[in-house]
Amino acid sequence: MEKVLTRHIGQGMNPPRLVDYQQSGGYEGFRNALRMKPAEVVDLVKASNLRGRGGAGFPTGMKWSFVPPGEPGQVRYVIANADEMEPGTYKDRWLLEGDPHQFLEGMMIAAHAVQALTGYIFLRCEYTLAARRLQEAIEENTRANLLGKNILGSGFNFSLHLHSSAGRYICGEETALINSLEGRRAVPRAKPPFPQVSGLWGKPTVVNNVETFCNLPHILRHGPEWFIGLGLVKDAGTKIFGASGRVKTPGAWELPMGTPIREIFEKYAGGMQDGYRFRGFLPGGGSTDFLVEQHLDLPMEYDVIGKAGSRMGTGQLIVLDDRTCPVAMVLNLVRFFAQESCGWCTPCRDGLPHAGHILMEIEQGRGQARDLEKLEGFTRFLAPGNTYCALAPGAVEPLQSALKYFREDFERHIQQKGCPYRH
Amino acid sequence: MQERIEMITLEGRTGSADGLSPEEAAEILAGLSQYPDNQAMSIEALKIVQHHRGWVSNESLKAVAAFLRLSPEEVEGVATFYNLVYRQRVGTHVVRVCDSVSCWIMGCEALVGELQNKLQLTLGETTADGRFTLLPGPCMGACDHAPVVMVGDDYHFDVKAEAIDALLKPYRQKPL
Repeated sequence: MEKVLTRHIGQGMNPPRLVDYQQSGGYEGFRNALRMKPAEVVDLVKASNLRGRGGAGFPTGMKWSFVPPGEPGQVRYVIANADEMEPGTYKDRWLLEGDPHQFLEGMMIAAHAVQALTGYIFLRCEYTLAARRLQEAIEENTRANLLGKNILGSGFNFSLHLHSSAGRYICGEETALINSLEGRRAVPRAKPPFPQVSGLWGKPTVVNNVETFCNLPHILRHGPEWFIGLGLVKDAGTKIFGASGRVKTPGAWELPMGTPIREIFEKYAGGMQDGYRFRGFLPGGGSTDFLVEQHLDLPMEYDVIGKAGSRMGTGQLIVLDDRTCPVAMVLNLVRFFAQESCGWCTPCRDGLPHAGHILMEIEQGRGQARDLEKLEGFTRFLAPGNTYCALAPGAVEPLQSALKYFREDFERHIQQKGCPYRH
Repeated sequence: MQERIEMITLEGRTGSADGLSPEEAAEILAGLSQYPDNQAMSIEALKIVQHHRGWVSNESLKAVAAFLRLSPEEVEGVATFYNLVYRQRVGTHVVRVCDSVSCWIMGCEALVGELQNKLQLTLGETTADGRFTLLPGPCMGACDHAPVVMVGDDYHFDVKAEAIDALLKPYRQKPL
């Protein structure tokens, strides 16, 4: 398969400097964008069918089109959500460390499309290698007049800043991210107004994921038809897929949209380690529903994974094996989300620790038969629409699907008054 | 409007630098130029002070607030929200063991046990010599190399319990 996002990334390869990046066609997409009207760039990205790679899969061009038309020179912002913290996800770190210019070019294209004068990269604190490489690339671009005033004589001004986080998963929620960038506690904001209308410091703001930005240079260089042609299914382009857990060769791989899950699991992840058997997987991070054997032949396609009862999310599989307790795995996930809740709304703040407590009781052999009904109640109570943001609904996705696919494990814990997986 | 945003000026934006070192004040001032207001710099300013002093004491927090012309309560509000701002003294090297799902599947609990043994402490504690603090940490974004341990800014991949001594050795040898 043709490598697009990872053409400069691989073992033993250093991230390309500006001169090397440009020699291999880098910043051609950005130059093309500068020759187009901003609205034409938005239309082109719409036509490419690019969907957000942060997890929600929202069409990128449509997201941009919600920025209201304004006077030239009006203050607007573009923000990169580089706060990668979804459990089981490590694709953005790879892209940032491996090819910082590709990512910056994407941000610059987006900035031109929505006519943003200033951009911020909201980078998670731990990604210090990515921070150094991004800072170097920003400095290279500033010296080359690819950033700053009157970029390449186009009249377009854009300055870009790196902002490193201080922790907390909730910063990945785009309105919480904006609050954090403003120096506030990272609690989500009510929507509407959406950030495209009133975001950072009340100005129109577009927030996109790192991998989403990385696709843009190629779309602007080769066109939407080419991009659509990369996908094996209705979804366009390639995607960084991955697998962790007890697989033989955990990792991340750039593959076409629509690649069958079995291919990712067997061919790239090498199947299960010796002595372990496959039981199921979370298809796209810690906040996605379990899928099982019967789903392995499905393509990694947003709507197909959605119809199967889960979400493609970040596209990085977390594999459950037969020697790992599904109850304890769900307990681990619920504890993560309970800890990372911002505490703003009561269902999430009180509900997740309570669900975690019930799971712990079951895991430690003090479970009651009616606990499963209680847990099912939580999955409904914390469903979309009942909480301020998507954290709690995401948190109960693995729980609700574990109750469906691994119900006998929950029941055995209660009957045996203990965890059958701990000997 | 374009004129306004490009004329972000630092003049008159800061208050007294008492309680901050010249380096800390200079770094905070440099960072301010990225943002149109001072509040946006508050988290980064705390991180700058923490970088120099290891943690953020009440005195440090008040000094940051005064320099940024924010109320100490406002700054405390963000300081307590973000888990990587340490409001207690921590060791020279903060050892964080990822306890999220992929690392848990791959055996992070054994690593925590081994680290507690080797460092003679429990999670959340600091060694008597002030060298190490052991903390759990949420997903560190390297799940294909689970289990993951971070020491300060250093990532350690595919960590095995029997390799903990070797992992800690270079940090034990650094002067305090």
